[in-house]
Amino acid sequence: MRVGVVTFPGSLDDRDAQRAIRLAGAEPVALWHGEHDLHGVDALVLPGGFSYGDYLRAGAIASLSPIMAEVIDAANKGMPVLGICNGFQMLTEAHLLEGGLIRNDHGSFICRDQQLRVENTATDWTSGFESGQEITVPLKNGEGGFIAAAETLERLEGEGHVVVRYLGVNPNGSLNDIAGITNARGNVVGLMPHPEHAVEPGFGPDTADAMRSGVDGLTFFTSVIARVLTTA
Amino acid sequence: MPTIVVEVMPKAELLDPQGKAVAGALGRLGKSRFTSVRLGKRFEITVAGHVDGAMLAEIQELADTVLSNSVIEDVVGIHVLEAPAGETH
Repeated sequence: MRVGVVTFPGSLDDRDAQRAIRLAGAEPVALWHGEHDLHGVDALVLPGGFSYGDYLRAGAIASLSPIMAEVIDAANKGMPVLGICNGFQMLTEAHLLEGGLIRNDHGSFICRDQQLRVENTATDWTSGFESGQEITVPLKNGEGGFIAAAETLERLEGEGHVVVRYLGVNPNGSLNDIAGITNARGNVVGLMPHPEHAVEPGFGPDTADAMRSGVDGLTFFTSVIARVLTTA
Repeated sequence: MPTIVVEVMPKAELLDPQGKAVAGALGRLGKSRFTSVRLGKRFEITVAGHVDGAMLAEIQELADTVLSNSVIEDVVGIHVLEAPAGETH
């Protein structure tokens, strides 16, 4: 089981994503934005960061990178693809996911451990969660406000395409407290929070049990491994 | 060389946090007659050769697909800048 992580100019969390994949039990494969080669991976992660300085729009220039032609093709054929933060922005810019992400409504960058509720456990990346499970993973963004036209939002809600929702105070003005969505097939998931930062005791969010012991993010990566191995 | 200008604005129905921040600054300067600000983008694209209908159609396509994201923005204007006086081709 090999999971590719694409590095773009300005990616920040590519190494963390690779480490999360290794801790979950798969082999991470470093991919480069300028190539037209997915190196035969079974799944893909588009990591967080500020690709191309987020000039034009967040994730917009990265979504036009050479490797994105192969990413879009693979996603349309059913390969599991997870976009985290800047990766989520790229997925909306590439039209693999609906809606868009705009500057936080309060105008400030936000960085905190965020409580979330998992709404959809049928996706390739969330099958290991219980429906309605409450989890905590770090959130850090300046442009995380999820928006969509009213009829799109209604359809996303009606078809169960909302994957995770913010609990407590809405951190960025996202409509309906949406923190992550999926496509109709459930193989493409975009998340504004960062599960790759909550995968190892000692380095995750605080929990009731102990400081920095939160590993709720690991389940996104173990879920995709289970999904790929059962369909192989 | 001619220049084509493309102007893009956040959709009117969406919150524009950047414009809101600028409006807040104007308020703090006592400029109370200016009640709101919306902030968009202007692209100036220099063209090799002359501008014809096909090129404008190509720019319209780029404006709709690359320079703007129709989920969050509208293309509000495309026009050709006259060459500055004295410039020769």
